[in-house]
Amino acid sequence: MRHGRTAIPAARTSPETAGRLEVQGLTVALRGPGTEVVSDVSLSVPAGQVLGLVGESGSGKTTVALALLGHARRGLQITAGQVRIDGTDLLALNKAGLRAIRGATVSYVAQDPLSALNPALRIGTQLREILAAHPAAASDPGARMAEVLHEVSLEGGPELLRRYPHQLSGGQQQRVCLAMAFACRPSLIVLDEPTTGLDVTTQRHVLDTVRSLCASHSVAAVYVSHDLAVVSGLAAQVAVMYAGRIVEIGPATRLFQEPLHPYTRRLIAAVPSPDHAYKLAGIDGQQPGPGQRQDACSFARRCSLAVSECSAATPRLIEVNGRMVRCIRATDAKPGQVPRPPLLQPALGRPELPLLAVRRLSAAYGPARVLHEVAFEVPRESCLAVVGESGSGKTTLARCICGLHRNWTGEIALRALPLPSGTRHRSKEMLRTVQYIFQNPYTSLNPRKTIGQIMLGQLGLFWDIRSRERSERVVRVLEDVSLSAEYLDRYPDQLSGGERQRVAIARALVVEPDLLVCDEVTSALDVSVQATIVELLRRLQAERHLTLIFVTHNLALIRSIAQSAVVLRGGHVVESGPVAHILEHPSDPYTARLAGDVPRLIAGRPGSSQGGERPVGDFPETDTPQYSLPHCGKQVSPADLHPRADDARGMGA
Amino acid sequence: MGVQTPGTRPMTPPAPSTVSRRRPRGALLRAAIRTPRGGVGLALTVLVVVFAFVGPLLAPYSPNGLATVQFAHPSGRYVLGGDFLGRDVLSRVMAGGEVMLIMAAAATAIGIVAGALAGMAAAYLRGWPDGLIMRAVDVILAFPQIVFALMLLAMVGPKLWLIVLAVGLSHAPQVARVVRSATLDVSERDFVKMAELQGMRPIRVMRTEILPNLVSPLMVEIGLRLTYSIVITAGLAFLGFGQPPPAASWGTMINENRVGLALNPWAVIVPAALIALLTIGTNTLTDAFARVAIGVDRRPEEAALLDDLNTETAA
Repeated sequence: MRHGRTAIPAARTSPETAGRLEVQGLTVALRGPGTEVVSDVSLSVPAGQVLGLVGESGSGKTTVALALLGHARRGLQITAGQVRIDGTDLLALNKAGLRAIRGATVSYVAQDPLSALNPALRIGTQLREILAAHPAAASDPGARMAEVLHEVSLEGGPELLRRYPHQLSGGQQQRVCLAMAFACRPSLIVLDEPTTGLDVTTQRHVLDTVRSLCASHSVAAVYVSHDLAVVSGLAAQVAVMYAGRIVEIGPATRLFQEPLHPYTRRLIAAVPSPDHAYKLAGIDGQQPGPGQRQDACSFARRCSLAVSECSAATPRLIEVNGRMVRCIRATDAKPGQVPRPPLLQPALGRPELPLLAVRRLSAAYGPARVLHEVAFEVPRESCLAVVGESGSGKTTLARCICGLHRNWTGEIALRALPLPSGTRHRSKEMLRTVQYIFQNPYTSLNPRKTIGQIMLGQLGLFWDIRSRERSERVVRVLEDVSLSAEYLDRYPDQLSGGERQRVAIARALVVEPDLLVCDEVTSALDVSVQATIVELLRRLQAERHLTLIFVTHNLALIRSIAQSAVVLRGGHVVESGPVAHILEHPSDPYTARLAGDVPRLIAGRPGSSQGGERPVGDFPETDTPQYSLPHCGKQVSPADLHPRADDARGMGA
Repeated sequence: MGVQTPGTRPMTPPAPSTVSRRRPRGALLRAAIRTPRGGVGLALTVLVVVFAFVGPLLAPYSPNGLATVQFAHPSGRYVLGGDFLGRDVLSRVMAGGEVMLIMAAAATAIGIVAGALAGMAAAYLRGWPDGLIMRAVDVILAFPQIVFALMLLAMVGPKLWLIVLAVGLSHAPQVARVVRSATLDVSERDFVKMAELQGMRPIRVMRTEILPNLVSPLMVEIGLRLTYSIVITAGLAFLGFGQPPPAASWGTMINENRVGLALNPWAVIVPAALIALLTIGTNTLTDAFARVAIGVDRRPEEAALLDDLNTETAA
C-alpha cells in the first residue's frame, strides 16, 4: 500500500511501539508578546486510527491541526514541541523539506470545500497538480487518480474531471478534497471540520469514507470538530481541548461512557438526541482567551465541582483508568454522571385555535418552484419545527411567512387574517407581530451600531415612547436573554457568537411579537452554545406565551424544543405531526433516513482496535446516553460507498 | 469555528474589508497613521498644506508686484529668483497654493457626495434606477476626466465655481462604481434584511444601515479623489482655466515660466515639486488607510484581542 514514496528518511520507529503521528509538548504562541495560544499538547495516533480533537471555538483546535502540518497562522509561531510523522520531526524541517512533505506525507482537508478548491480550475487539473507536485507518490498518476476517485465514490469518469468546483454539490466537492488528500497515500491526514457544511446524509457518507480509507491505507487521521456526536462514530481516541490545552484524552469508548473531566461531561450533556427528549444543558460563561489564562484550571470558573485548590495552579495531566485527565478532582468526583434531565413537553397548545395557518403555499425563485402546495397550522403558544435537508425549501418557507420572499401563491393567515406577500404591503402591526431571527448572528447585527442603538432603533420603529422608558424596556429584555445593561455600549464584534444570537433574539422580543420565526438559529454556533440558546428559547416561549417556528436541519434538536414538526422534501410536505411520533414512527422513508443519519453519541466504535472491547448495546442502564446506530455495526467497504439513487441504508432496516 | 447549515455559504469569520472591525470613531485612521507609510503620507500632506495656507501671510513681497528682472537667477534678496515678468517666485509660490487646495477639496466633496448617493441608490434599489444611473455613469466615463471638465468649461466659460463643479462631477462616476459594489456587498447582509422586515423605508435603510458600513471604502475614495482633484485643478490651471492672470497659482506658474526653464528653472521646479509632494502625500496616506482597512497591515485577531484586554484593564 505504501509503495513508491521516498520523501521520508529511513529513521522510523516501529508502528507497534509508537504511533504514526507523535506530538510532544506542542506549544503555539503569539509572535511578539509570546502569549501562548496552545500549550503543551501531546498526542499519539497509530496507523489506521482516527483521533477526534474536540473543543469549542477558540479552544485552539484548528491551531493544533495546522501545527500538525508545520504551519502557524499569521501572527502565530510554533515555539516548542515536536510533531513526528513516522519518526520525522516536521518542526525541524526547513521550508523545502516541509513542501516535500505537505500533500504527500501529511495532507489537510479544510472545512469549506468550495474555498479550498480553485474555482478557475477543473477538478481533474487540480487532482493532477497534487500528483505532479509529488512525482514520487505514484508511478502512474492516471491510474492513481482513477483509484482515488473510486475510493471516495466519485464515479463519473472523465466527464466529472472536466467540471469546475461550482458545478458539483457540496458533498461532491468535499469528496474531491478527500481524493486530493488521499491521492499521495499520506501517513497522516488532518481533517478540520470537513462535514460542517453538509447535510446529515452527506455527512454520514463522508464520515464513512474517511473511516474506511484510513483503515484500508493505514493512515493516521486527526479529525477536528466541535461536535462530540460526529466524532464518536469515527474516532478510536478522543482529545478534548479547552483554552489551548488538552483536558482529557483517551479511548473514545471510555471517554463517552464515563467522562472524567467536568468539561467533557458538560459537553456531552449539551448534545441533543433524536431518541430522547432531553433538557439540554449548555455551559454558562466563556472560555478564557489567550492572555486571560492564569496559572489555574481554566475551567474552574465555569465548573460546578470547583474547589479552591483548582485556582492554585494549572492541573497536570494525570492518568485515570487508562485516560489522561487535567483535573485535580477527576478521582474523587463520581465518574460518568452526566445529568440529562428528561424533558416533559407541555401538551400541544390549543390546536383548535391556530395562530398561523398556511394553506396551499407554493413559492418559486424565478422559474424554479421550490415549494409545492405546502399546508400546516401552528397552534397558539406551541413550537413547530420545520425540518428537511438543504434544498428542501424550509428557509424559503420561513421567508414567505415573514415577508422576505414575495413570489408565492396560496394563503398564509395569522389569526385568520391573510398576510399579504412582501413586507411593503403588510401593516405595521403585522410586521411587529411576526419577528424573524436569522441563522448567522455574525451578519444579522449591524457592525457599526452598538447593541443599545440596535435595540432602541428597533423599538423606535414601532412605538413612539419616551426615551427613558425605551431604555428601561431594552434593559429588561436584555436581562431576559441573560445579558445585562453593560452590553448597551458594546459593538457586535466584541461579543461571542452566542451573545450575538442572544442580542438578535432580544431585538426580536423587544417589540413583543406573537410569532417568532427562527431560521437555523443555532447552526452557526458551538454545540454547547446551541444548548443554551435552545433552552433560552424554550424558557422565553413559556414565559412570554410565544408561538415559535423553528427551522432546522438537525433532527436531534427538535426533540428538545418543538411539540410538532413538518418534514419537507423538495418543497413537498412529506410528513407532519407530533415530534415524538415523527421521530419514533416515521411513516415516510425520507424522515426515517434523516433521523437515522443524525450523528449520535455512541460509546464505542466498531472497526477500531478498541471496538471489540465492549459490544455496542451491552451497557448497563445508567443515565449516560448510549445508543446503538444501525449502520455503525459493520465495517464499510468501498463498494458500499457508491452513490445510490435511492439510499435506504440509513433507515435502520 | 462554528457550524453552518447545509447549502448555505461558509460560516463567517468576521467579515472583511467593507464591514470591518469596529472601534471608536477614527481608530482605523489612527492605526493607519501609525504605520510608516501612513506617517510619511501624513507628514508630506501636512507640510504642503500648512505651507499653502500660512504662505500668503509670510510672503516677503507682494506676489503680483514687479520686483526684479525677468527670470532673474536666485539671489540673497530673491531666494528663488524672478518669473517671466520679474515677480518674486518665492512670494508667488507661497501665495499660489491656497485657492487651488480649496478648489480641490470642494471638488472632491462634490464628487464624493454625488457619486456615493448615485452608487448607493443604484445598488440598493436595483431595477430601473440601477440601469439608469449606471448607464449615465458609463457615458461620463467614456470621456477622460480632464476632457470632460474642459468640455463643460468650454460651454459656459472659465468661472472658478464651474471649474470646481466640473472637476467634482468628473469624479462622481468612479466614486459611484466603487460605492455601488461596496453597497451590493453590504445590502446582502442579514441586518439590512432585518431592517426591511420591520418595514423601514429604503431611504432610511440606506442612511442608517448601509452608509455607516461604507465608511472604509469612502475614506479611501476621498483620499484618492483628492489626489486626482489636485492634479486636475493644477492641470486646468496650466491650460489656462483657473484664477485669472495676475493671480498666482502653482499650475499657472508652471505654464507661465516654462519658456525660461533654462534661465531660472526654480520658477517651474518648485511649484511642480509642491504639487508632486502633496499628491504623493495624500496618495500614500490613502494607501496606508486602505491597507489597514482591508487588513493587509492589520495584526492577527489574537493580538487585537490582547489589545482589547489591555485597554479594558487600563480603563
